[in-house]
Amino acid sequence: MDDLILEVKDLKTYFFLASGTAKAVDGVSFQLHKGETLGVVGESGSGKSVMSKCVIRLLEKVGRIVDGEIRFEGKDVLSFSEKELRSYRGQDVSMIFQDPMTSLDPVFRVGDQMMENLRIHRGMDKAEAKEVAIQALRSVGIPNPEARFEAYPFELSGGMCQRVIIAMALCCNAKVIIADEPTTALDVTVQAQVLRLLKNLQKENQMALMLITHNLGVVWDMCDTVMVMYAGKIVEKAPVKSLYSNPLHPYTWGLLDSTPSLAGEHKSELKTIAGTPPDLRLTGTCCNFYNRCPYAQPICTQCVPELVELEPGHLVACHRQTEQVHLKRGEEKNGG
Amino acid sequence: MAEREVLLQVRDLCKEFKVRSRKLGGATQVLHALSHVNLDVYRGETLGIIGESGCGKSTLGRCIVGLHTPTSGALTFEGAPLDYHAKEHGKALRSKIQMIFQDPYSSLNPRKTCKKIVEEPMLIHNTMPDAKKREERVQELMSVVGLDAQHVHRFPHEFSGGQRQRINIARALSLNPDLLVCDEPVSALDVSIQAQVLNLFGRLQKEFGLTYVFISHDLSVIKHISDRIAIMYLGQVLELCDAASIYAKPMHPYTQALLSAIPPTSPFEEKQPIELQGDIPSPIGEQKGCPLASRCPHCTERCRQECPHLKDQGDGHQVACFLYE
Repeated sequence: MDDLILEVKDLKTYFFLASGTAKAVDGVSFQLHKGETLGVVGESGSGKSVMSKCVIRLLEKVGRIVDGEIRFEGKDVLSFSEKELRSYRGQDVSMIFQDPMTSLDPVFRVGDQMMENLRIHRGMDKAEAKEVAIQALRSVGIPNPEARFEAYPFELSGGMCQRVIIAMALCCNAKVIIADEPTTALDVTVQAQVLRLLKNLQKENQMALMLITHNLGVVWDMCDTVMVMYAGKIVEKAPVKSLYSNPLHPYTWGLLDSTPSLAGEHKSELKTIAGTPPDLRLTGTCCNFYNRCPYAQPICTQCVPELVELEPGHLVACHRQTEQVHLKRGEEKNGG
Repeated sequence: MAEREVLLQVRDLCKEFKVRSRKLGGATQVLHALSHVNLDVYRGETLGIIGESGCGKSTLGRCIVGLHTPTSGALTFEGAPLDYHAKEHGKALRSKIQMIFQDPYSSLNPRKTCKKIVEEPMLIHNTMPDAKKREERVQELMSVVGLDAQHVHRFPHEFSGGQRQRINIARALSLNPDLLVCDEPVSALDVSIQAQVLNLFGRLQKEFGLTYVFISHDLSVIKHISDRIAIMYLGQVLELCDAASIYAKPMHPYTQALLSAIPPTSPFEEKQPIELQGDIPSPIGEQKGCPLASRCPHCTERCRQECPHLKDQGDGHQVACFLYE
């Protein structure tokens, strides 16, 4: 497809600690097209945030991209110089962070922070930038944007701050927006507003959106494609409807089952995934999920499962889910 | 419902905080965190309290355990006034009501081992003076909450978030309380761990006949664990009803909006969102009229002037809204 914007190939990001090497991202590949929304779900420590930071090249110094390729419109992002990166960040790819209160600088007015962005990336003068910034604030549904332009971040509520950040991400016309848990810090009613806003803006501007979240409801609402990550690897990748109606990986089953649902039986026992996620320093030699998987077999401890395409667009990495063998949800459970 | 024993009664509870003016020498203002809250908690049930941030749900929990002193109103526990400072039984009261906090990381003392954390309440209340018996009790509590009894000498940083929340629960259980106030106990946890802890809460309630006041902002969690649900907004209870009927028959406009704002449960579900305009108004300063008046699509002149009170609509379903009068 020629509307391919972002391509990540076999990305490996390791953290080199005194106690060993933590494989935070261990061989992740995906593509992002124009106007597409890609959801990334996984528990904390599954590497979803680290991966997004690699894409925008904001990784902390302790972590290093040891292998892989990130291509933005065909250009190699990993070989960018500092100067190229400056225009890449913000102008090409923009990021919305999880905590709206801390991602704005508390000592500058909201408007000044927005203008800085515009003046650097789009070379505007002050008056022009102010006009565009106020227009952007209005487009994200902030009432009385002229007054808010002069406000300091602490004068705004969490939902308002998140809108300001979205406005900032938008006013440079970024082609890709990475939203790292954009609504986790917000209340449900505000979350609904922010999500609808993102959806509408995406429709208008045809930007690509990478939405990182642990809330499956948000994924159902927003995404076209979903990647499920576990311990630094993609375990399943599928169109959202296919993932919901026909999930293939045992971890995805566990994830779907352990979410309490509004329609669910009241006070029934929730199905859980036993145990806890593995230590990232010890992963990479076998299936990372084997010790929590009710379907594990000897092969799961011997080699790493490959991500294979079982149905068109539906990829899964599981030894018991291949062309030859098909595992059904809830089938005989042989303890691993 | 009349035959059920009321364990905790909250009557007309108000809590105000003084807020210093931002201007130098400006007059202090009053923040109304709770205004005229009325609730009954029955023995053995789980009362879920839900609301957005700043609605006063945590303040209510903290008033119940005595971390805040209410400005006015009465709390009654087992038929007697809940006075933690009473000379004879104040201390005993404190052992009957325990709290579990939201953040499993900051609510455990990092310099104490798991054993010391769990046995501390027993030392303070002197319920188990014998050291050997106390240690046995700690071991027993550890296995009750599903922790490895061998880990008693570990420090909190050696445990994961879910395990720490289990230590918190073990500490709260160490005095055999009647009532547990749980302030967002699972919101800091991942879904798979959250499900484990929620199951633990359910099991402990069956085993020990505990009563929970369960505070959360996650409607699906609340729906899962609660028998009855109270919806709070801006320091007031707007709706109080059975867990099942809140989903089947939400009455208050705020509840309806809250339910419609929850993300869908499947990608095939089409939701018709009921939008509330704007943000929660400030609880600082004089409060007049219905708290939802500025955002409600059904707002009338009366809503701006008068504050509606909880009225029973049958089956114990109480709503505070003029639409149902």
